Amino acid sequence: MTRCIHLAASFSDRIRKIPTRMSSLSAFAILLAWAGVCQATGTGYLFVSSEKDHSITVLDGENYEVVKRIRTAARPRHLQFTPDRSRIFAACGEGNAIDIIDVASLTLIDRIEGIDDPEAFEFSPDGKTMYISLEDDAKLGILDLDAYFRARKEKPDLTVAEISDDDEAMDEDDEDEEEEGDEGDDEDERVVGMTTVEVGEEPEGILVSPDGKTVFITSEVANMVHVVDTATGALKANIVAGTRPRRFALMPDGKTLWVTNELSGSISVIDLEGSKVVDTISFEPRGFRPEDVTPVGITTTSNGATAYVALGRANHVAVVDIASKRIEDYILVGSRAWNTTLNRSESRLFVANGLSDDISIIDTASNRVLRSIPVGRVPYAVLIDD
Amino acid sequence: MAALFLVFSTVFSTAPAFAQSTESSAAQAAAEAPKKVVFAWLSLRKDPRYTRKRTYARYLTGALGRPYQGAETAIAESRFTGSAIGVEFSLERFRAKNLDQWGETVAKAVDTGARYLILDAPAQMVAEAAALTRDRGVLLFNISSRDDALRQEGCRSHLLHIIPSHAMLMDAIAQYIVFKGWRKALMLTGPAPDDARIGAAFERAARRFGVEIVENRPFVFGNDPRNRDRNNIALLTAGIEHDVVFVADSDGEFARDVPYRTSQPRPVIGSGGLAAAAWHWAWERHGAPQLEKRFEKTAKRQMRSVDWAAWMAVKAVVEAMLRTQGADFPEVRDYLLGKEIILDGFKGNRVNFRPWNRQLRQPVLLVTHNWVVDRAPLSGFLHRTNNLDTLGFDERESLCEFDRP
Repeated sequence: MTRCIHLAASFSDRIRKIPTRMSSLSAFAILLAWAGVCQATGTGYLFVSSEKDHSITVLDGENYEVVKRIRTAARPRHLQFTPDRSRIFAACGEGNAIDIIDVASLTLIDRIEGIDDPEAFEFSPDGKTMYISLEDDAKLGILDLDAYFRARKEKPDLTVAEISDDDEAMDEDDEDEEEEGDEGDDEDERVVGMTTVEVGEEPEGILVSPDGKTVFITSEVANMVHVVDTATGALKANIVAGTRPRRFALMPDGKTLWVTNELSGSISVIDLEGSKVVDTISFEPRGFRPEDVTPVGITTTSNGATAYVALGRANHVAVVDIASKRIEDYILVGSRAWNTTLNRSESRLFVANGLSDDISIIDTASNRVLRSIPVGRVPYAVLIDD
Repeated sequence: MAALFLVFSTVFSTAPAFAQSTESSAAQAAAEAPKKVVFAWLSLRKDPRYTRKRTYARYLTGALGRPYQGAETAIAESRFTGSAIGVEFSLERFRAKNLDQWGETVAKAVDTGARYLILDAPAQMVAEAAALTRDRGVLLFNISSRDDALRQEGCRSHLLHIIPSHAMLMDAIAQYIVFKGWRKALMLTGPAPDDARIGAAFERAARRFGVEIVENRPFVFGNDPRNRDRNNIALLTAGIEHDVVFVADSDGEFARDVPYRTSQPRPVIGSGGLAAAAWHWAWERHGAPQLEKRFEKTAKRQMRSVDWAAWMAVKAVVEAMLRTQGADFPEVRDYLLGKEIILDGFKGNRVNFRPWNRQLRQPVLLVTHNWVVDRAPLSGFLHRTNNLDTLGFDERESLCEFDRP
């Protein structure tokens, strides 16, 4: 599987050297065939963002050896595949950028610059729009990717996609601050294709409804879930959740939304038709007091039966039966368990442990940790190319 | 009438499905004119804690400026909550020309109908304001006086303390000393009454956590050679076996000079070197950098403990209004003081008020001039109900007896 990628990468290198007399069409056809093979199998690679290393660590999916560290703009956090899974977008909060990584070649190929402190984001179902929580601006950013890349004349901006040293990132930040110090208006720094919707302070978790018509976004400070109409950008509802609401999981009925509340140590179960919280699930792993339980990451199985909830400082992952809302198990993991990811077959759950600089790998059949793997400083999110 | 009905039905039939679901009482309240909630800010025109000399010097435990912009930051970030419950928040400042006019200023603020009074004043003024407003149906928020007596004998049921007390701060210091195994502390205490209060709080903390104070030596300012055993740091720290030097200096001018001047290579803790604080700009967890950035945008300077306390005071009231879905004073007050409330201080733990003395229980940061070294309660310091209560006066040690009606 790994081989496939190397071949594809070396092939695309070679394609540039193909003599001009060869039909570009046939070359393209061959490339497509290769690409097709790769996407069908995936590499099994894990991609882990590290907030303090300014890099994404790529791990082999079988032996968990480090394959590569991809340098990014400062403080990469949330990672997402594009819907065709050929690229990974990484929100780099302190670099004020979304970095774009080519999955096949494991390289940073492009960067969307000038996005102020992006935290989390989601793609629209068609992959043409990005919804980004802009933490510092208290806004939901809606980025039309076609319009953005068109304005750049479709060319990847390789000048900005150079590996960023810490120092470089610092210099940029300083410049930005000086500009702001001049009382300059932020407006002129606007990214082409980006519109914004004002929401409560520190927007964080974000979720697009499967039909693409609605975006849900939390405000950690206003303690609310904002419901935004994607067509008009209008706020359809502001639902009061618990304290410091973080991440979402939409239940299979499409009408129930779960949101984790970091500080209340709970999940608010929201009825979307009534736009209100109808139930609350609290977590009390043995040996921990309610104030030590800070749930953040949540992942559900595709059949909608089970939710895995990372409990932050309580260093456990809770296994919740969705139908009964009963907690079935607590699994001890690393320090400050933050985000969770299931592999495609849902046999493994990967947990990013922010304060022990590692990820825990859980066997979902036995609910036991198989291994913990050291990664970069302050791991945030895990993606799996499978 | 018929036409009016028609208009209404048209609005509802064309509105998206969600419009009906937002027909909660809160939405109706928002549709009416918003109710105004005023936070009254009370301060002294001349307050020695905010002299230019002091703020310029950036003493480790001092303020960098007047903290009202902390409250303004909180009001700015409460706009969504406000519109959800139909309330508009604002801050009104009342400044007393001098100490004699303090009472008058307090009365003036209460007479405007303000229910939530934020006091940025020394302990004596706080006590006076509390005595004057006993039966006036208001809540007072002490954001800058760390005086222990205000939480003990001088407590009042309508006086809430946001800023940690000296006892809480010194407990954090003592926990750190014990955690590091620096069991023998040499104490240096200044001549100011507040220095003595800090010293007393440290002595109490040392007894609680088992720190041995090998000697308490008074220091004075100056270069008088006849006083050199009390103004020369090398001499002050010589001739006695100790692991750590503790400095009780409410001002900070002396304390900042102690590290690197001790006769033996020993860490310095207390008012210089490593200090305990409610807030520090370098704290980088729990959303702290975002709050710091919001504050800096408004205030054009870094946030310190008193700024944080001003912010927290407003946030506490706003949260109580959000959860009670309105601005009904008795309801808001009861919720605010109750057990259920979960406040986010951006320091990790949920925080709320101790019922026995109205002190906000909270984590305390252990800070240097540019870093947060640790956060108390340190791991291993356990309490039977809430580890935050290892800091400050626990229920069993409380001398506070509210004058209940």
